[in-house]
Amino acid sequence: MILSNIENIPGKTIQEFYGVVTGSTVRAKHIGRDIMAGFKNIVGGELKGYTELLNEARQEAIERMEAQAKSVGANAVVNVRFTTSSVAQGAAELFAYGTAVKVE
Amino acid sequence: MDTATLIQLLVPAALLVGAYFIGSSIEKKHYRELRTREHASRRFITVTFPYEPRDEEIVASTLVTGSVVISVDYFKRFLAGLRMLVGGRIKSYEPLLDRARREAIMRMKEDARAGGYHVISNMRLETSRIASSSGNNKGTAAVEILAFGTGLKLARRRPATP
Repeated sequence: MILSNIENIPGKTIQEFYGVVTGSTVRAKHIGRDIMAGFKNIVGGELKGYTELLNEARQEAIERMEAQAKSVGANAVVNVRFTTSSVAQGAAELFAYGTAVKVE
Repeated sequence: MDTATLIQLLVPAALLVGAYFIGSSIEKKHYRELRTREHASRRFITVTFPYEPRDEEIVASTLVTGSVVISVDYFKRFLAGLRMLVGGRIKSYEPLLDRARREAIMRMKEDARAGGYHVISNMRLETSRIASSSGNNKGTAAVEILAFGTGLKLARRRPATP
């Protein structure tokens, strides 16, 4: 599965469009990470636990989007976008969407 | 003044002083690191529009990302709290976002270079605020910055066969 955030797959031509595909996941933070983040909040700097958590979650959202694209017969997703929103205290939704296409 | 009130005053004061020294040393270290890493990858082309190579052809492409969650220290949050009384520019928060953005872009570039890609086309940045789970919202000023784009692998164009 080839992904891009441009309207096409560079160097290839699009043969067919299959419409919008989406993938999302809602994640909550785990308590140990949250306590560490609490300490980090005093001195500032990167919250590594959260960075990892969000990366994993985003990867999962991308995988779900890819699975959906595969199920409709596409081999690429173009113009991929991401959104992150906090849906509740301590939980975030990671969302990825794009247009499923077939390239040669 | 009894001991309880004294402790109530001393703890935030100690936090402020500690946060100021540790926070600013972390910030300085991060800026130093960023400068060397940015210098090392200064020839790596990253553009915010769909890149069209002139003399090469694109042989492969993929989505590359880099992200970072960063929080501000206690001292800066205190300064920002003061600033919010009168409004205006919160100088103490600006380096936070600057560092986070540069770090996210560097990670995206490192991701692309590790995969053997030569150019990042159509780079985009996104910022989102991460909620705290402690209940009171004044605790966290953590933001996530995501940088993403399409990595391109280039190869010299084969001469046209007649």
